[in-house]
Amino acid sequence: MLLFFAVPFVAAAKEAQPVADDPALEKRLMALSQQLRCLVCQNETLADSQADLAADLRRQIKDMMKQGKSDQEIIAFLTERYGDFVLYKPPVKPTTYLLWYGPFALLGGGFVALFLYLRQRRGLIEEHALTAEERKRAEEILKPQKGPA
Amino acid sequence: MRYAIPLVVFIIIAVFLASRLRGDYDPHKIPSALINKPAPQFQLTELRDPARSFSPQQMRGKVWLLNIWGSWCEACRQEHPVLIELAQSGAVPIYGLDWKDKREDALSTLQELGDPYVLSVSDFDGRVAVDYGVTGAPETYVIDKNGVIRYKEVGQLTRDNLKNKILPLVGELNK
Repeated sequence: MLLFFAVPFVAAAKEAQPVADDPALEKRLMALSQQLRCLVCQNETLADSQADLAADLRRQIKDMMKQGKSDQEIIAFLTERYGDFVLYKPPVKPTTYLLWYGPFALLGGGFVALFLYLRQRRGLIEEHALTAEERKRAEEILKPQKGPA
Repeated sequence: MRYAIPLVVFIIIAVFLASRLRGDYDPHKIPSALINKPAPQFQLTELRDPARSFSPQQMRGKVWLLNIWGSWCEACRQEHPVLIELAQSGAVPIYGLDWKDKREDALSTLQELGDPYVLSVSDFDGRVAVDYGVTGAPETYVIDKNGVIRYKEVGQLTRDNLKNKILPLVGELNK
């Protein structure tokens, strides 16, 4: 993240270039738009999308970068208008707790279930000494049968 | 009893999946983040008379609709008769934002289908649409007397949601 901020200053130290082919800005634009969702084709990033709206949004982001806006300011601008949906990495807040912590809760639940199951199974495997009554019954069952088999 | 847990899990998953498959769930309907926020300001030239310009500032004190449309947009064409009816009823003024369009195409579309708009503004490069969080056309914003967005319809306005949602809201806001 820090690198993105450092790069424009390095670029500024060199001679002024037309911003359109400023590779540092272009790189920053690509990096940022990779974290953003195209609103039309939803499963593509803003960087990959060929949709018209994605091109408009990339242009908007580029303009804001030229104005010296930080990545945070640009993300704030977009979420104000398009909501958190535009972010591939949604912020942690009460409505997204389930999303962020749900998998860990499921994992924890799995461990609890595994523990309970193993404990129950150990109980089944353990050998118990037979009580006198059980021994008598077992002998009865195992006694050779009389008559035709 | 030992089948109870898998059965319950199955039912929960089935109900969740069914709720996404049935009804009018549409993943493209992203809830607008601009509801109850001031409508972004702009200054754009009018479609019919590019010498004049329009700004939402001029609409202070009025409840109005901002409809995003374009001559290239098939769904807007289907929505058009509903807008014409609404305009004829005089219930609420409709302003158009002609999005990413060509002036001659837009004018010939209005010529052909009729013009429900008090006026349309030209947002041919789509900058104002981005400011409004537009994801596609048509979209319709209900803006109140203080210039605050109160409702956004993504997709076509239908006679149903006009009657059940938008007109009651407009009535409420006009009180």
